[in-house]
Amino acid sequence: MEHSTKDHAELAEEFNRDEDRVDWHDETLWFIRSKRDKAAHSIPEWETLRETASQIKNNVLSNLHTYLQQFEQNAIANGVEVHWAADAAEHNQIVHRLINEANVVRMVKSKSMLTEECGLNEYLAKNGIEVIDSDLGERIVQLAEEPPSHIVLPCIHKKKEEIGEIFHQHLGIEAGISDPQFLTETARQHLREVFLTRKVALTGVNFAIAETGEFVVCTNEGNADMGAHLSEVHIASMGIEKLLPQKKHLGVFLRLLTRSATGQPITTYSSHFKKPREGQKMHIIIVDNGRTVQLGRKDFRNSLKCIRCAACMNTCPVYRRSGGHSYHTAVAGPIGSILAPNLDMEKYADLPFASTLCGSCSNVCPVKIDIHDQLYKWRQVLVQAGYTPTAKKLAMKAMATTLASPALYHIAGKAGRFTIKYAPFAVNNKLNPWYKQRDMPAAPEQSFGEWYKQNGKKK
Amino acid sequence: MSSREKILAAVKANQPDSTALPDLSVFETTAQGSLEKFAEVLTFIGGKIAYVTGYDDIARMIGEQHGNDAKIVTPLRELSKLRTASLDDLSSIHDLHDVDVAILKAHFAVAENGAVWITEHEMVHRVLPFVTQHLAIVIHETDIVPKMHQAYDKIGTMSDYGFGAFIAGPSKTADIEQSLVIGAHGPRSMTVFVISANPDFPK
Repeated sequence: MEHSTKDHAELAEEFNRDEDRVDWHDETLWFIRSKRDKAAHSIPEWETLRETASQIKNNVLSNLHTYLQQFEQNAIANGVEVHWAADAAEHNQIVHRLINEANVVRMVKSKSMLTEECGLNEYLAKNGIEVIDSDLGERIVQLAEEPPSHIVLPCIHKKKEEIGEIFHQHLGIEAGISDPQFLTETARQHLREVFLTRKVALTGVNFAIAETGEFVVCTNEGNADMGAHLSEVHIASMGIEKLLPQKKHLGVFLRLLTRSATGQPITTYSSHFKKPREGQKMHIIIVDNGRTVQLGRKDFRNSLKCIRCAACMNTCPVYRRSGGHSYHTAVAGPIGSILAPNLDMEKYADLPFASTLCGSCSNVCPVKIDIHDQLYKWRQVLVQAGYTPTAKKLAMKAMATTLASPALYHIAGKAGRFTIKYAPFAVNNKLNPWYKQRDMPAAPEQSFGEWYKQNGKKK
Repeated sequence: MSSREKILAAVKANQPDSTALPDLSVFETTAQGSLEKFAEVLTFIGGKIAYVTGYDDIARMIGEQHGNDAKIVTPLRELSKLRTASLDDLSSIHDLHDVDVAILKAHFAVAENGAVWITEHEMVHRVLPFVTQHLAIVIHETDIVPKMHQAYDKIGTMSDYGFGAFIAGPSKTADIEQSLVIGAHGPRSMTVFVISANPDFPK
């Protein structure tokens, strides 16, 4: 699951080769966005909930130093062991050490985008530890040796026939089966055996409560619970930003999370882990991995309010038509595009440009992150820091010169209209990036300026 | 400096000026949770609702539904005659892997999302409501709150727990082409039995 060295545009181009698949992907995600709308519109106080959640998260970020210590203290009092990891490498080492201490070489894991961010599976595999992802979608992409393409729906890019083929190859079912019911039952039987035989289970954390030291994990499948409750050692990995001050704040966030994500009123399971089961060991790993740097970036710190609902992806016209893998980062889509450059500006310089800045992401965000504003601000930071391709810089310079001069602007407009009308081959070719997967529009007969000269004074 | 100190120092240096927590009183209500709404949402998310006048009804209905061969477990004294296996003295929690039906009491239900709140104490074993093939939950008609805010108010007045969960319907997934499939890893069905002495109760 090595990340590609290609940029978003190149990867999107690969995805765009199959037009039917792009349409299907686009429609599937828009369907989820529509379900989100229906759920949100059924709550009269929806906007109040969003504003309240946003303010709670602002309070969390501005008092994080206190809440982190309070959480640690309460978790320890509950009998949980707390670990701190400055970066991905340290997180992975801690997990590895805990697995070694349990004297096992296998672990079951429920969905945790943080472990994707840290590259945990690859690290453990190199060290001879087998990890099985237990979320159905994650298991499918794991068997296909691909990263998840969506944080809530990891294999949203796969068709059921392809999943049938993966299960045929890896889980021994007959070839040619594509019935979702049958495929899910196959995974259920396969993963039950895994749950019943693994002594170490790792889960993510949706919310951690400073006031009580407990953490909440949300799933529909019940895989986090199956793994954790049958294990002897439960490891929970969380970013420092997952905190909420008090338990009552969960009332706000659990109302928003799933309605924003899939349009469900709540996930099937919202599990509150406070103390280890009798005879069980429970560990929490609190991870920084660049988050404190982001906290110090005034224009970008709000991205840490994210609760990973994926509403911004489902609504994004670029995500829907380019696919999650084109973002070459653990968290794709608009939110991923403002989180990733914080980790590595050079590697992810392309992502803030993978947007039309239409603002739909900000409009659906349940914690009111100004996502499209941040995308725009990242572009400025990245250009100033010299991380943009030369062609784009030259084109932008040429455009700035043209727009600054009325004479040049008129000449350029005329030339453009003339070209499209009389020499369309000059733009409808591979040299023009706007022609890829699109036809150029017909040019108008005259510019607005010319039209106004003729018609503007007529009354 | 340890990672803990490093992270905490960086947080302290980088966190913005403190902002206040918002007032949650806007979400307060004195209204009762609506049974009708709860039933509607529970059914929508794939759960089943059964209105009963007492435990005898529950025993009869579960007996009819699951027959004599099912492995049925419950800590409820009122349903002891349904029990075909004990929850005490397990050699390992893995003994629960073949439970067909688990019948458990929940503290209360939430009308807006069809969830019930249940803690480790009522589960007996944490894994039980997840590992069982079918889950049956018992609540009283009066134990319904309207929304999640009232749910947490209520949890705040109850005794502490090591583990607790909102459970809303059967285990499910839509990971394959967004096709909803009931019975992912956990229960294939969830039935909530609502007990009421009210003669006007829906049947």
